Amino acid sequence: MSAETLLLTILLLPLAGAVGIVITRHNPNVREAVTLLSAALVAVLVVMLAARFLDGEAFALTLIEPLPGIAIAFEIEALGMLFALVAGLLWVVTSVYSIGYMRGHNEQNQTRFFAAFAVSIAATMGIAFSANLLTLFLFYELLTLATYPLVTHAGTPAAKQGGRTYLGILLGTSIGLFLLGILVTWSLTGRVDFQAGGILSGHVDPAWAGLLYALFLFGIGKAAVMPFHRWLPAAMVAPTPVSALLHAVAVVKAGVFTLLKVTLYIFGGEFILSNDVTGGLIWVVAATILIASLVAMTKDNLKARLAYSTVSQLSYIALGAMLASKAGLIGASMHIAMHAFAKITLFFAAGAIFVASHKKQVSELNGLGRAMPVTFAAFFIGTLSIIGLPPFGGMWSKWYLALGAVETAQLLLLAVLMISSLLNIMYLLPIPIRAFFSKPASGEHYTEIAEAPKSMLLAMVVTSSACVILFFYPDPFYRLAGLAVGGN
Amino acid sequence: MEDHISLLLVVVPLIAAPVVAVLPRGRSAWAVAFIVAAACAVLAGMQLWAVLTEGAISYELGGWAPPWGIEYRIDAVNAFVALIVAAIAAITLPYALLSVEREIPEEKIPLFYSAMLLCLTGLLGITQTGDIFNVFVFLEISSLASYALISLGRDRQAFTAAYQYLIMGTIGATFYLIGVGLIYSQTGSLNMQDLATLLPGVLHLKTVETGFAFIMIGIALKLALFPLHLWLPNAYTYAPSVVTVFLAATATKVAVYVMLRILGTVFPQGFALTTPADELFIVAGIAGIVIASVYAIYQQNVKRLLAYSSVAQVGYMALGIGFASAAGVTAALVHLFNHALMKGALFMAVGAIIYRIGACRMDQIHGLGRAMPWTFGAIVIGGLSLVGVPGTAGFISKWYLVVAALEQEAWISVAVILMGSLLAVVYVGKLIEALYFKPVTDTGTAVSEAPLLLLVPTWGLVFANVYFGLNTDLTVGVAEKAAAILGGMKP
Repeated sequence: MSAETLLLTILLLPLAGAVGIVITRHNPNVREAVTLLSAALVAVLVVMLAARFLDGEAFALTLIEPLPGIAIAFEIEALGMLFALVAGLLWVVTSVYSIGYMRGHNEQNQTRFFAAFAVSIAATMGIAFSANLLTLFLFYELLTLATYPLVTHAGTPAAKQGGRTYLGILLGTSIGLFLLGILVTWSLTGRVDFQAGGILSGHVDPAWAGLLYALFLFGIGKAAVMPFHRWLPAAMVAPTPVSALLHAVAVVKAGVFTLLKVTLYIFGGEFILSNDVTGGLIWVVAATILIASLVAMTKDNLKARLAYSTVSQLSYIALGAMLASKAGLIGASMHIAMHAFAKITLFFAAGAIFVASHKKQVSELNGLGRAMPVTFAAFFIGTLSIIGLPPFGGMWSKWYLALGAVETAQLLLLAVLMISSLLNIMYLLPIPIRAFFSKPASGEHYTEIAEAPKSMLLAMVVTSSACVILFFYPDPFYRLAGLAVGGN
Repeated sequence: MEDHISLLLVVVPLIAAPVVAVLPRGRSAWAVAFIVAAACAVLAGMQLWAVLTEGAISYELGGWAPPWGIEYRIDAVNAFVALIVAAIAAITLPYALLSVEREIPEEKIPLFYSAMLLCLTGLLGITQTGDIFNVFVFLEISSLASYALISLGRDRQAFTAAYQYLIMGTIGATFYLIGVGLIYSQTGSLNMQDLATLLPGVLHLKTVETGFAFIMIGIALKLALFPLHLWLPNAYTYAPSVVTVFLAATATKVAVYVMLRILGTVFPQGFALTTPADELFIVAGIAGIVIASVYAIYQQNVKRLLAYSSVAQVGYMALGIGFASAAGVTAALVHLFNHALMKGALFMAVGAIIYRIGACRMDQIHGLGRAMPWTFGAIVIGGLSLVGVPGTAGFISKWYLVVAALEQEAWISVAVILMGSLLAVVYVGKLIEALYFKPVTDTGTAVSEAPLLLLVPTWGLVFANVYFGLNTDLTVGVAEKAAAILGGMKP
């Protein structure tokens, strides 16, 4: 298969899957087989593509040109490959998980759920492989719209309210600020394609570059930088598999991925460093890291706590991007992968707890660890990886992020990273500790609660093992991150 | 025949109209009207092709040489607008068959199609002619036909709506005519090309300036530029579904064309900049976008919601005209085309709902999205195009408008254009929430999907929305050529 075909197949396969899911809606088993098949195929193809990319193959594909000089075009580049790899691998795991979840929980409208899920993945792949800002924006908006029916899946007033916040903030920021940023870039340079080293240098007064960067930083609402983070907790009304893959991986990572792309390929690291473009803005991101961690501590609802943890962790990536030094950018790129595997594990566990025991609050989890040992063991591993302890993958990205802060002599930012790690410990670690060592409030032992369905356990075991494997073998992601930054 | 395309476009529907009126049965009337509309669409397509390949066409009516005789003069601008009008008519008529049978009494159906053809005659005539008095004649033909069409609506309010439009429309036409008279008194000519050479010599005269002002206000009334839009919401709301589709997609567009023609061809380019006209366009455009969009959010009738949205969309075109640059005119023309596609698709989808439940108040359409998934899908995609989501025609419009505004560093306009999109998110979102999330109101009867004859034209326009969002060779290509002719109005 030629590389172009491979790329196009990865984009179209989830869409074909969505169509297949709708066609086979009357037979749930066949329908789920379609989901699993397309997800598995995508995973295999993404790995193949990554292997060929690392062998040095490069390719690009232009579909059509809706605006003169701006095409809907795709290309493979290191950062996009990394993102596609993460999303592609985790979709198949999440599919296994969601089938268990949706059936274990007797959810309605499962066809719509799986179809919208597949479309979201197609949009994610489109974002990953975009060759210019217009293509990226197209799929960015498609992702927002495709995830909307997933967020409002329950159809309750709370879901509708959450959906409004979700759509309001994401579309508001993207149309009001992000699109404006793209248009300003276009009117300044006459181009919007991604180019190593950036395209803005020499076209924009450095004094205004900070303002333009702010348009992107806040306009890319999916990166959830405060004050535009509220959509993420609001999205937690969605079924847990959605929170796990889309709101811990695909959607939010699409946000920080876009930010990294803009930083690296529109502004260029050199340009940012030499003109101090992000000097003031970086403190907004640092504040997001700390404030979101503090808010997470106050949340008793498990998913809400995880959501604020995600807000905080996303800003790590934004911080690394804005440091714009080599180590910072590598750390940011790697954190896309490392945080994905860890956070999806945590959400998987939260969903498993909910399906098995119908508990949503942290304070209700006392003693549950004995009834659900696998779930809480996975949760524990995810927690440690998020905190950034060895031997878990999360250590590497935090290492490079910290190095980036040292490299640019931003010791105060280093302190922010360290304090945040401590806060991570304080709001995440008590959860498995409660589950394993505390006694239930009533004093009774849980005898009627057992582990969640097997497919859900399998998914958790896979992702938590990945956290460990990524410590010993971070090589593919490290190489891709290094390539994206330039060098290696 | 090729030499006579320009004339045939007007004459064919004009002759067909009385024929249709005397046909005994509704269906035969429909068939003739459909064939005529389809023929017009083909002719308009041929005409545009001829203009693009061979340059402007000049047709002397009855062989009388201009400026004494009437000249039809076709360049890329009006060939483009004529194609929009004829194509929309051709796609509306298949839709009309069932919808009209449901909404219009049987005995009036031949008259209905007759009026529809007259309206088409008028609109096409406006685009074809190169004579400013002839524009008035065709303006009146199309307007009188549309007053009659609107009054055929089922609600009794249709009469007041038609009457309101009649009064406002007549004032607009009269203003236009007064303006034409004043200009004629100083130049002695009505031919557009002729005026283009004569007017520069008399521009300093107050009479000419006054004439210009009368013409501008007269047309502004016709295109429902805020705050002269008051006739539009009622007219669109109470007209039969088919009439709403047709008028929303064509009538205001033709008025925008006349505006551009007067500013760009008849008066010397740059003249508007010496008058307050360009600033007024921007102010009215901004006010229209913001206020009409906010009004749209609070409407309880779906057609009225879309009608206010139309007023807002006219505001975008006014902004493009007000920028008085080539980019601005391009943006206005692109939006003119794209807006015809989106409003056509949306009003058709709403018409399908009316066909099924006989109403379109917000509280009556709860949960219908599930019963009518294809109609709902059309509303979703049409709505996204209205918002300007990438991949739809609406995005292309917004892109060109904002680029035109950035070029002038008109930051307020930039902010307003983007804010207009966000307000559209709110009112489209409201519509979608009502259709999908609200529990079904119990009417006792199950609602089923609209018949194919309604769905196919609707989805034809929906696909056009996506197609012209991805491939802009026709829209942007022609609009840029047209803008070059109208010159961007900069001296």
